[in-house]
Amino acid sequence: MTVSKARVSVPAVAKRGEIIEIKTLIRHTMETGYRVDSVGRQIPRRIVTAMKVTYAGVEIFAMDFTQGVAANPFVAFHTRAEESGELVFTWTDSDGAVETVTKTITVTG
Amino acid sequence: MIRALGILALLMMAAVPAGAEPLPSGTAFLGDEMRARQSDDAANPGMLWVADGAALWRAKAGAADKSCADCHQEAARSMRGVATRYPAVDAASGKLLNLEGRINRCRSDHQKAEPFAYETDELLALTAFVARQSKGLPMNVATDGAARPFYEQGRAFFYRRRGQLNLACAHCHVENAGRRLRGNVISHGLPVGYPAYRLTWQTMGSLHRRLRSCSFGLRATRHPHGSDDYLALELYLAKRAEGVAVETPAIRP
Repeated sequence: MTVSKARVSVPAVAKRGEIIEIKTLIRHTMETGYRVDSVGRQIPRRIVTAMKVTYAGVEIFAMDFTQGVAANPFVAFHTRAEESGELVFTWTDSDGAVETVTKTITVTG
Repeated sequence: MIRALGILALLMMAAVPAGAEPLPSGTAFLGDEMRARQSDDAANPGMLWVADGAALWRAKAGAADKSCADCHQEAARSMRGVATRYPAVDAASGKLLNLEGRINRCRSDHQKAEPFAYETDELLALTAFVARQSKGLPMNVATDGAARPFYEQGRAFFYRRRGQLNLACAHCHVENAGRRLRGNVISHGLPVGYPAYRLTWQTMGSLHRRLRSCSFGLRATRHPHGSDDYLALELYLAKRAEGVAVETPAIRP
C-alpha cells in the first residue's frame, strides 16, 4: 500500500507581501520509547527529530521534536509571500528516514 | 379552550412522527480547536487514511486483478450516500454487513483477494475513504424487512445491563449524555464519525474498536471486531443517528 506520509497545504497563489498560512501533517507513530509491549519488552523509541522548511532556498522554519509530541504531528506556521518559488519541507526521524515534500507558490504583484 | 386543545393536538402530531430532533453528534462535545481541525482537510489527521483509501480504491488486487474503481468508477459519484445506508442486510447471504464487511465481501467475491483483517490500516483507509464520500449526508438505515431482527437484537443489546459495573449503553448514552464521566463529556453514542481519529488511540480506529473500549470500561465481555453483537448494535446506533450527517473522518477525544 502506498502510505501517504505527509500532507502539506500551501496557497498556490499569493500577493507579494501577503501573510500566508502553511499547514503540515506528517504520519509518524512518534513512539516514545517509554512503552512496553504485551510481553513486557520495551518498544524502542522512534520519533521525528527535526523538521525544516526552505522557501526559494532560504530556511524559513525549523523545529526540533521530542518524544512528548503526539503521533502524526500537525505543525502550522505563517510566512510572508516574497517571490515565486519552491517550498521544500523535510522531516527527519530518529532512524534516519527522511521525508520530503515540495510545493510551488506563485507570487503576483 | 377548543383552540388550545387543537394547537396542543397539532404540536403532538408534529412531535410524534418525527420521533425527536436528530441528536447532536460527538462533534458537539469537542473543544473549538479540535472541531476546527476536524473540519479542515489540511489539518484533520484522518485525511491521511482517506488519502491512502483513495490509492487503494485504484489499486488492482487479487486473482481477478481488478480495482474497486474498475467496477465502481469514481467513488465521489458511486459511493455518495452509501455510508448513510450501512449496516445493511446482504440480500445474497442474509447477513448484516457494515461498510467494513461490505468492502471485504467485495474483495473476496469480486476481486478474488484475501479480505483485510479488521483494524488494519488498509481496511480503515478504504472504509474511511468510502464513508467520506457521504460526508454531510444524513444517516438513513433500513430497519424494516430483513433488517428488523438485527435491529431488535441491537436494541436489546443497547438496553441490556452488562459487565461487572452492571450498566447498559443506555445508562450513559441516553440518561447521562452531555454530563461528565470523569474528565470526558458523555456523547449520545452516535456512530457517524467512524472510522475516526481518536486522540486516545493516537491513530484511526473503527467503530467496533470503540465499542470494545466501551465494553472494557464496563468490565464486560469485549466481543471480537465484526462480531454479530456489535454489528447488530451498530445498526441500532445508526438508526438512533437517523438524520445526523456523516462526519467521517471525525476526531474524537
